Amino acid sequence: MTPALELRRLAKSFGGLRVTAEVDLAVAPGERRLIIGPNGAGKTTLFNLITGELRPDAGSILLFGAPVTRLPSRRRAHLGLARTYQIITLFPRETLLRNVVLALLGLSPLRWNPFLRLDRQQRLFAAARAALAQVGLADLGDRPLAQTSYGERRRVEIAMALAQRPKLLLLDEPFAGLSLDERRDVQKLLQSIPREVTLVMIEHDMDVALNLADRITLMHFGEVIVEGTRAEVVAHPKSREVYLGV
Amino acid sequence: MNQGLLLAVNSIAMGGLLFLLASGFSLVFGLMRIPNLTHGSFFMLGGYLGISVLGKGPDTLSQVSLWLGVGGLPPDLAFWLAALLAAAALAVVGGAIERLLLRRLAGQELAQVLVTLGLSFIIADLCLMTWQGDPIPLSPPPTLRGSLPIGHVVFPIYRLATVLIAVAVAVALWLVLDRTRLGAMIRAGVDDPVMARVSGIRVSRLFTLVFALGAGLAGFAGVIGALILSVEPGLDTDMLPLALIVVILGGTGSLPGAFVGSFVVAFLENFGQAWRPEFAYFMLFLPMLLVLLLRPQGLFGRHAP
Amino acid sequence: MSLRLLAWSALALLGAVLPWIASDYYIDVASQVLIYAIFALGLNVLVGYAGLVSLGHAGIFGVAAYAAAWLVAAGFGHLPAALAALVAIVLVSALYALLSLRATGIGFLMITLAIGQILWGLAYRWIDVTGGDNGISVPSRPAPFGLSLMSAPSFYGFTVLVFLLAVLSMSGFVRSPFGASLKGTRDQPRRMTALGYNVWCIRFAAFLFSGFWSGVAGLLFCYDEQFVSPGMLTLGSSAEVLLMVIAGGSGTLAGPVVGAALVVIMKNVASAYIVRWNLVLGIIFVAIVMFMPEGLVPGSARLARWAYAEWQRRRRAPAALGSER
Repeated sequence: MTPALELRRLAKSFGGLRVTAEVDLAVAPGERRLIIGPNGAGKTTLFNLITGELRPDAGSILLFGAPVTRLPSRRRAHLGLARTYQIITLFPRETLLRNVVLALLGLSPLRWNPFLRLDRQQRLFAAARAALAQVGLADLGDRPLAQTSYGERRRVEIAMALAQRPKLLLLDEPFAGLSLDERRDVQKLLQSIPREVTLVMIEHDMDVALNLADRITLMHFGEVIVEGTRAEVVAHPKSREVYLGV
Repeated sequence: MNQGLLLAVNSIAMGGLLFLLASGFSLVFGLMRIPNLTHGSFFMLGGYLGISVLGKGPDTLSQVSLWLGVGGLPPDLAFWLAALLAAAALAVVGGAIERLLLRRLAGQELAQVLVTLGLSFIIADLCLMTWQGDPIPLSPPPTLRGSLPIGHVVFPIYRLATVLIAVAVAVALWLVLDRTRLGAMIRAGVDDPVMARVSGIRVSRLFTLVFALGAGLAGFAGVIGALILSVEPGLDTDMLPLALIVVILGGTGSLPGAFVGSFVVAFLENFGQAWRPEFAYFMLFLPMLLVLLLRPQGLFGRHAP
Repeated sequence: MSLRLLAWSALALLGAVLPWIASDYYIDVASQVLIYAIFALGLNVLVGYAGLVSLGHAGIFGVAAYAAAWLVAAGFGHLPAALAALVAIVLVSALYALLSLRATGIGFLMITLAIGQILWGLAYRWIDVTGGDNGISVPSRPAPFGLSLMSAPSFYGFTVLVFLLAVLSMSGFVRSPFGASLKGTRDQPRRMTALGYNVWCIRFAAFLFSGFWSGVAGLLFCYDEQFVSPGMLTLGSSAEVLLMVIAGGSGTLAGPVVGAALVVIMKNVASAYIVRWNLVLGIIFVAIVMFMPEGLVPGSARLARWAYAEWQRRRRAPAALGSER
């Protein structure tokens, strides 16, 4: 079976600093993969390489079997790739609804149209409302982003990613900064995502993340140290080494 | 041949003046990451202030100077006094601007640039109000009078002197940057402002100091420049683009870059004028554009603007 | 919302009756306000909606004017001259965009400044073609459909029409999906790319749109003054139109219009009373950048809302205090 995401000997250095060191990774379609590792392990850089914001020095990236290593970032979105960010990067001057609409517009040929009125595009707005409903923010559609809580904004990020109907969704620390209740809500939300969508997640919050994951990849210093099921990774001696330094 | 020699020596003289103008601009740009669009106004204001200290202008400051007896001082002393006073005054103005205005916009570089733009309007009009619209020439002090024959052409000494003054200032600046703690802090700030702040350097205080230094240098350059160019309204918008070109070519924050760039620009201007006057400006700005596009850090710079 | 409508209606009314109540001098000032308003609206597409501050737009303004002026002075009719000028505008805007969009922020500012200076230098020094400081005189104004525009009220009417067209086109643009895309690139260019947008292309297209209207303003200026000179393309000129946009309020449609009115009226009318208008403009500009960066239009609206809320609060306060006994 063609992996949803495949990385072959992916490498990236900044000057003398090796941030990604010959990473091999294969995520099966529908899988829930968790990437963990101490700070500075190169996890977000890996995401940036996958989305195309960074160009690798060596190696290749395949999305559902298609090589995308040379493909510009914007085109990868059209291939079904979506991501959320560690630091919330939403559109501050817009309402929640319009934030999601912008995410939907990115994949629509309408985005080039300078004549129509955006507000009149019913289908777009209906799809945006549906996405917000999926994350439990249906009533807050018309609220300006500035008047929402951090937890709500995290959910908007996820709504925007889901609205794109991605085949592969990268989640960069989706639980960061959330309260216990909010974490439970997001966890339920992520669990409700159908298996048509492959999930790859970076997280520090072990309890919540481990429950979601099928397989776990442990990274350190840009390398994959351990990979396997939860049980395998937890039992592996190298894991302890990485986290406790023993 | 004579034509070439004339142009060459004039270029060297102009290059000296440009360095005096651009050095301050380069330091500010390198450290604070902003092109100070008031720099031309500082130059012009310095020239005017020097003229007033020497009592040569139509304004009340000139009257005061004359009344204080500046006419009685030995003219050499008077001239250098005027230059230093202008530098000092501009340093104070620059420091005040940074402390009171720019610091409030810390981190918003674009807003800071816009403020310097607005200030250039203000200073230009204040100068017009104070010194009126007529160009005011300044004659050189006795030690710089006279001329020197080189080849078949005779050159006024004060033009050649600008190069020596530029070299002297360059050496002084280099000593400060290379040998003093202040200089080390400036160089650190130019290289990596985040690290500089983390390692304990009071970056905001440093900014005020460097902005004041830049303004002071511009003011000093204005008085020296008044010997070559007459001080008149519009001088600020004439000189600012030149400072910009020099610093972009040479690299922001780089003194060697400003030095080399000044002479390159001066040569381009003079020879360009002689060869094809209609494309004179074109030939100045095209290299700047090319550098911005292809090698934004300039010849000697460390990072792109 | 209705307050805004009221304000616009009042202004529209004033604009409509102006030719009957004011002298030629004031009508001409009004035409100038509209011309600069179009110029500022054009620049605002980049500054307000794309988040790209250009200090070289006077170059586009000037090229349009010079192209038309040169062709008319050379004997061509007004229509071909205007059409050729429009083509020139698009080409120059494309050139600006290709060069300056390699950077953003201050880099973008300096590249546009450099290009503007190059164009100014050509206007000033290429005397064979542009006449240098002497400029080019345009012997007549266009006569669309045979109607003469030589009188101040008739030219004003023509300018009003073009202005309305500009406002309509801007308004449509801002509300369109493309407008939303552009604003997205202003606020989160990284995310926009990840969402599938081609940020460079969006900015390029916006530059062409921006340049188009700034160029149209240049054409109108050429017809108004019937004279073009290098002074149109100076750094000061680019700075002035930027001032209009920022003072009025970038990111709104009313802002650049208000800013243009402020500057033009100050230059022409107030200069009889305030001799040093550059000084006043500079002070206003610095004050706005520092204390009201969103500009006069949104800033005043904000102040008005705050004042109204304060007034409401104070009106209710005595009763509340009384009931707390």
